[in-house]
Amino acid sequence: MIRSFILAAVIVAPTLAMAGDPDRDAIIADYAEQARAVDPGFGTFSAKRGEALFRTKWSGGDPRTTSCTACHTDNPKNSGRNAKTGRPINPVAVSVNPSRFTDAGDVEKQFTRDCKSVLGRPCTPLEKGDYITFMTGQ
Amino acid sequence: MSYSLVLAALLASTAPALADDWAPPITDKLVHKECGSCHMAFQPAFLPARSWEHMMNNLSDHFGEDASLPEAQIAEIRAYLTNNAGDVKRRGIARKYMRWVAADGIPQKITENPAFLREHNFPDRIWKDPKVVTKSNCLACHAQANSGNYDDD
Repeated sequence: MIRSFILAAVIVAPTLAMAGDPDRDAIIADYAEQARAVDPGFGTFSAKRGEALFRTKWSGGDPRTTSCTACHTDNPKNSGRNAKTGRPINPVAVSVNPSRFTDAGDVEKQFTRDCKSVLGRPCTPLEKGDYITFMTGQ
Repeated sequence: MSYSLVLAALLASTAPALADDWAPPITDKLVHKECGSCHMAFQPAFLPARSWEHMMNNLSDHFGEDASLPEAQIAEIRAYLTNNAGDVKRRGIARKYMRWVAADGIPQKITENPAFLREHNFPDRIWKDPKVVTKSNCLACHAQANSGNYDDD
Protein backbone atom coordinates (compact mmCIF):
# COMPACT_ATOMS: atom_id res chain seq x y z
CA MET A 1 0.00 0.00 0.00
CA ILE A 2 2.57 2.53 1.13
CA ARG A 3 4.94 1.21 -1.49
CA SER A 4 2.45 1.82 -4.28
CA PHE A 5 1.95 5.36 -2.97
CA ILE A 6 5.66 6.01 -3.13
CA LEU A 7 5.80 4.45 -6.57
CA ALA A 8 2.93 6.63 -7.73
CA ALA A 9 4.63 9.73 -6.32
CA VAL A 10 7.90 8.85 -8.01
CA ILE A 11 6.17 8.41 -11.35
CA VAL A 12 3.74 11.34 -11.11
CA ALA A 13 6.05 14.02 -9.72
CA PRO A 14 8.46 14.21 -12.68
CA THR A 15 5.56 13.94 -15.12
CA LEU A 16 3.93 17.00 -13.56
CA ALA A 17 7.19 18.91 -13.63
CA MET A 18 7.69 18.08 -17.29
CA ALA A 19 4.19 18.88 -18.47
CA GLY A 20 3.45 22.42 -19.60
CA ASP A 21 1.33 24.42 -17.20
CA PRO A 22 -2.03 25.18 -18.89
CA ASP A 23 -2.08 28.73 -17.51
CA ARG A 24 1.44 29.41 -18.75
CA ASP A 25 0.63 27.87 -22.12
CA ALA A 26 -2.38 30.18 -22.41
CA ILE A 27 -0.23 33.22 -21.59
CA ILE A 28 2.33 32.23 -24.25
CA ALA A 29 -0.46 31.59 -26.78
CA ASP A 30 -1.86 35.03 -26.09
CA TYR A 31 1.51 36.70 -26.68
CA ALA A 32 1.89 34.63 -29.88
CA GLU A 33 -1.39 36.01 -31.14
CA GLN A 34 -0.26 39.54 -30.32
CA ALA A 35 3.11 38.94 -32.01
CA ARG A 36 1.32 37.71 -35.14
CA ALA A 37 -0.83 40.82 -35.16
CA VAL A 38 2.35 42.95 -35.19
CA ASP A 39 4.13 40.76 -37.75
CA PRO A 40 2.12 38.28 -39.84
CA GLY A 41 5.40 36.50 -40.58
CA PHE A 42 5.87 35.57 -36.89
CA GLY A 43 6.82 31.91 -36.49
CA THR A 44 7.60 30.72 -32.96
CA PHE A 45 9.12 32.15 -29.80
CA SER A 46 12.81 31.54 -29.25
CA ALA A 47 14.54 30.70 -25.96
CA LYS A 48 17.79 31.91 -27.51
CA ARG A 49 16.37 35.36 -28.26
CA GLY A 50 14.84 35.34 -24.76
CA GLU A 51 18.23 34.68 -23.22
CA ALA A 52 19.79 37.49 -25.26
CA LEU A 53 17.06 39.83 -24.01
CA PHE A 54 17.76 38.69 -20.43
CA ARG A 55 21.51 39.37 -20.70
CA THR A 56 21.60 42.50 -22.89
CA LYS A 57 22.81 45.73 -21.29
CA TRP A 58 20.40 48.50 -22.21
CA SER A 59 20.88 52.22 -21.95
CA GLY A 60 17.35 53.62 -22.02
CA GLY A 61 16.17 52.68 -18.55
CA ASP A 62 17.08 53.30 -14.93
CA PRO A 63 20.88 53.36 -14.45
CA ARG A 64 20.48 50.99 -11.49
CA THR A 65 18.83 48.37 -13.70
CA THR A 66 20.60 48.29 -17.07
CA SER A 67 19.81 44.61 -17.57
CA CYS A 68 17.48 41.94 -16.20
CA THR A 69 20.53 40.47 -14.48
CA ALA A 70 20.87 43.57 -12.28
CA CYS A 71 18.16 42.11 -10.04
CA HIS A 72 17.84 38.48 -11.18
CA THR A 73 21.61 37.72 -11.27
CA ASP A 74 23.37 36.04 -14.22
CA ASN A 75 21.62 32.77 -13.41
CA PRO A 76 17.80 32.82 -13.43
CA LYS A 77 17.83 29.79 -11.13
CA ASN A 78 19.31 31.95 -8.37
CA SER A 79 17.37 34.12 -6.00
CA GLY A 80 17.84 37.77 -6.87
CA ARG A 81 17.61 41.11 -5.15
CA ASN A 82 15.74 44.24 -6.23
CA ALA A 83 18.53 46.68 -7.11
CA LYS A 84 16.44 49.66 -5.99
CA THR A 85 14.84 48.39 -2.79
CA GLY A 86 17.07 45.52 -1.66
CA ARG A 87 14.08 43.18 -1.42
CA PRO A 88 14.95 39.53 -2.18
CA ILE A 89 13.42 38.12 -5.40
CA ASN A 90 12.48 34.48 -5.93
CA PRO A 91 14.13 32.72 -8.89
CA VAL A 92 12.59 33.38 -12.33
CA ALA A 93 13.53 29.97 -13.78
CA VAL A 94 10.42 27.82 -13.99
CA SER A 95 12.30 24.63 -13.01
CA VAL A 96 12.99 26.00 -9.53
CA ASN A 97 9.91 28.22 -9.26
CA PRO A 98 7.01 26.50 -11.09
CA SER A 99 4.49 29.24 -10.20
CA ARG A 100 6.30 31.70 -12.50
CA PHE A 101 4.30 33.00 -15.50
CA THR A 102 1.01 31.38 -14.45
CA ASP A 103 -1.02 34.54 -13.63
CA ALA A 104 -1.64 36.62 -16.75
CA GLY A 105 -2.34 39.81 -14.78
CA ASP A 106 0.83 39.50 -12.72
CA VAL A 107 2.94 38.68 -15.78
CA GLU A 108 1.71 41.71 -17.73
CA LYS A 109 2.12 43.98 -14.69
CA GLN A 110 5.70 42.82 -14.15
CA PHE A 111 6.62 43.29 -17.82
CA THR A 112 5.10 46.77 -17.76
CA ARG A 113 7.18 47.78 -14.75
CA ASP A 114 10.41 45.96 -15.53
CA CYS A 115 10.66 46.76 -19.26
CA LYS A 116 10.21 50.45 -18.46
CA SER A 117 12.86 50.20 -15.78
CA VAL A 118 15.40 48.11 -17.73
CA LEU A 119 14.82 48.90 -21.43
CA GLY A 120 13.27 52.32 -20.96
CA ARG A 121 10.35 51.30 -23.19
CA PRO A 122 7.55 48.72 -23.23
CA CYS A 123 8.54 45.22 -24.37
CA THR A 124 7.02 43.89 -27.58
CA PRO A 125 4.82 40.77 -27.54
CA LEU A 126 7.70 38.97 -29.29
CA GLU A 127 10.12 39.91 -26.50
CA LYS A 128 7.66 38.85 -23.80
CA GLY A 129 7.04 35.47 -25.42
CA ASP A 130 10.76 34.90 -25.99
CA TYR A 131 11.52 35.76 -22.37
CA ILE A 132 8.91 33.36 -20.97
CA THR A 133 10.07 30.67 -23.38
CA PHE A 134 13.65 31.05 -22.17
CA MET A 135 12.61 30.95 -18.51
CA THR A 136 10.35 27.94 -19.07
CA GLY A 137 13.37 25.98 -20.27
CA GLN A 138 15.50 27.08 -17.32
CA MET B 1 12.12 25.75 37.58
CA SER B 2 9.38 24.98 35.11
CA TYR B 3 7.38 27.96 36.41
CA SER B 4 10.17 30.38 35.69
CA LEU B 5 10.60 28.85 32.24
CA VAL B 6 6.93 29.39 31.50
CA LEU B 7 7.13 32.92 32.84
CA ALA B 8 10.18 33.67 30.72
CA ALA B 9 8.48 32.27 27.63
CA LEU B 10 5.38 34.31 28.36
CA LEU B 11 7.39 37.50 28.77
CA ALA B 12 9.34 36.84 25.60
CA SER B 13 6.21 36.24 23.56
CA THR B 14 4.33 39.30 24.79
CA ALA B 15 7.25 41.71 24.91
CA PRO B 16 7.08 42.77 21.22
CA ALA B 17 3.38 43.47 21.51
CA LEU B 18 3.93 45.74 24.48
CA ALA B 19 6.90 47.61 23.10
CA ASP B 20 6.63 50.81 21.10
CA ASP B 21 8.67 49.10 18.39
CA TRP B 22 5.72 46.98 17.32
CA ALA B 23 3.54 47.78 14.32
CA PRO B 24 0.26 45.87 13.91
CA PRO B 25 1.06 43.44 11.06
CA ILE B 26 -0.76 43.58 7.71
CA THR B 27 -3.61 41.07 7.62
CA ASP B 28 -4.98 41.80 4.14
CA LYS B 29 -3.72 39.35 1.50
CA LEU B 30 -3.92 41.79 -1.42
CA VAL B 31 -2.11 44.54 0.51
CA HIS B 32 0.59 42.09 1.47
CA LYS B 33 1.04 40.91 -2.12
CA GLU B 34 0.85 44.18 -4.04
CA CYS B 35 2.58 46.47 -1.54
CA GLY B 36 5.22 43.80 -1.02
CA SER B 37 6.01 42.95 -4.62
CA CYS B 38 8.93 45.40 -5.07
CA HIS B 39 9.71 46.30 -1.45
CA MET B 40 8.59 45.11 1.96
CA ALA B 41 4.93 45.89 2.63
CA PHE B 42 5.21 48.66 5.20
CA GLN B 43 2.63 48.57 7.98
CA PRO B 44 -0.01 51.33 7.75
CA ALA B 45 0.83 52.48 11.30
CA PHE B 46 3.85 54.40 9.99
CA LEU B 47 1.86 57.06 8.13
CA PRO B 48 -1.38 58.98 8.69
CA ALA B 49 -4.45 58.17 6.60
CA ARG B 50 -4.07 61.25 4.38
CA SER B 51 -0.56 60.10 3.40
CA TRP B 52 -1.82 56.68 2.30
CA GLU B 53 -4.68 58.36 0.47
CA HIS B 54 -2.25 60.56 -1.46
CA MET B 55 0.07 57.64 -2.20
CA MET B 56 -2.68 55.38 -3.49
CA ASN B 57 -3.96 58.18 -5.73
CA ASN B 58 -0.54 58.68 -7.34
CA LEU B 59 0.74 55.18 -8.06
CA SER B 60 1.84 56.02 -11.60
CA ASP B 61 4.65 58.05 -10.01
CA HIS B 62 5.47 56.05 -6.91
CA PHE B 63 8.88 57.40 -5.84
CA GLY B 64 9.77 57.54 -9.53
CA GLU B 65 8.34 54.10 -10.34
CA ASP B 66 5.17 53.27 -12.20
CA ALA B 67 3.34 51.14 -9.64
CA SER B 68 -0.06 51.39 -11.34
CA LEU B 69 -2.73 48.84 -10.41
CA PRO B 70 -6.28 48.11 -11.54
CA GLU B 71 -8.75 50.56 -9.95
CA ALA B 72 -10.56 47.86 -7.94
CA GLN B 73 -7.31 46.76 -6.31
CA ILE B 74 -6.34 50.36 -5.58
CA ALA B 75 -9.67 50.89 -3.82
CA GLU B 76 -9.26 47.79 -1.64
CA ILE B 77 -5.67 48.63 -0.69
CA ARG B 78 -6.49 52.30 -0.07
CA ALA B 79 -9.35 51.33 2.25
CA TYR B 80 -7.17 48.97 4.26
CA LEU B 81 -4.27 51.40 4.61
CA THR B 82 -6.42 54.37 5.58
CA ASN B 83 -8.56 52.34 8.02
CA ASN B 84 -5.42 51.11 9.77
CA ALA B 85 -3.32 54.26 9.46
CA GLY B 86 -1.17 55.53 12.33
CA ASP B 87 -3.52 58.41 13.17
CA VAL B 88 -6.57 56.14 13.05
CA LYS B 89 -5.33 53.18 15.10
CA ARG B 90 -2.84 54.71 17.49
CA ARG B 91 -1.23 51.45 18.56
CA GLY B 92 2.38 50.46 19.18
CA ILE B 93 4.90 52.21 16.96
CA ALA B 94 2.23 54.57 15.56
CA ARG B 95 2.29 56.63 18.76
CA LYS B 96 6.01 57.29 18.31
CA TYR B 97 5.75 58.14 14.58
CA MET B 98 2.55 60.20 14.64
CA ARG B 99 4.04 62.53 17.25
CA TRP B 100 6.22 64.08 14.54
CA VAL B 101 3.60 64.47 11.81
CA ALA B 102 2.32 68.04 11.42
CA ALA B 103 -1.45 68.50 11.67
CA ASP B 104 -1.67 69.28 7.96
CA GLY B 105 1.39 67.30 6.87
CA ILE B 106 1.16 64.62 4.20
CA PRO B 107 4.48 62.78 4.61
CA GLN B 108 5.31 60.08 2.05
CA LYS B 109 8.68 58.80 3.24
CA ILE B 110 8.66 56.88 6.51
CA THR B 111 12.47 57.20 6.57
CA GLU B 112 12.22 61.00 6.93
CA ASN B 113 10.26 60.81 10.17
CA PRO B 114 12.40 62.03 13.11
CA ALA B 115 11.31 58.91 15.00
CA PHE B 116 13.05 56.88 12.28
CA LEU B 117 16.10 59.17 12.01
CA ARG B 118 16.75 59.18 15.76
CA GLU B 119 17.08 55.41 15.83
CA HIS B 120 18.97 55.04 12.54
CA ASN B 121 21.86 57.41 12.99
CA PHE B 122 24.44 55.12 11.41
CA PRO B 123 27.71 55.79 9.60
CA ASP B 124 27.69 55.71 5.80
CA ARG B 125 29.33 52.30 5.58
CA ILE B 126 26.21 50.73 7.13
CA TRP B 127 23.91 52.32 4.57
CA LYS B 128 26.26 51.37 1.74
CA ASP B 129 26.28 47.69 2.70
CA PRO B 130 25.21 45.75 -0.44
CA LYS B 131 22.53 43.97 1.60
CA VAL B 132 20.97 47.27 2.67
CA VAL B 133 20.71 49.16 -0.66
CA THR B 134 18.20 51.71 0.69
CA LYS B 135 17.01 53.06 4.04
CA SER B 136 13.58 51.60 3.40
CA ASN B 137 14.93 48.03 3.35
CA CYS B 138 13.79 47.25 6.91
CA LEU B 139 14.34 43.51 6.49
CA ALA B 140 18.08 43.95 5.98
CA CYS B 141 18.41 44.34 9.75
CA HIS B 142 14.93 43.76 11.23
CA ALA B 143 14.39 40.10 10.38
CA GLN B 144 10.89 40.14 11.90
CA ALA B 145 9.78 43.36 10.19
CA ASN B 146 7.15 41.60 8.12
CA SER B 147 5.34 40.59 11.30
CA GLY B 148 5.63 44.12 12.65
CA ASN B 149 8.42 43.45 15.13
CA TYR B 150 11.14 46.12 14.96
CA ASP B 151 12.38 45.46 18.49
CA ASP B 152 15.63 43.72 17.54
CA ASP B 153 18.10 46.60 17.54
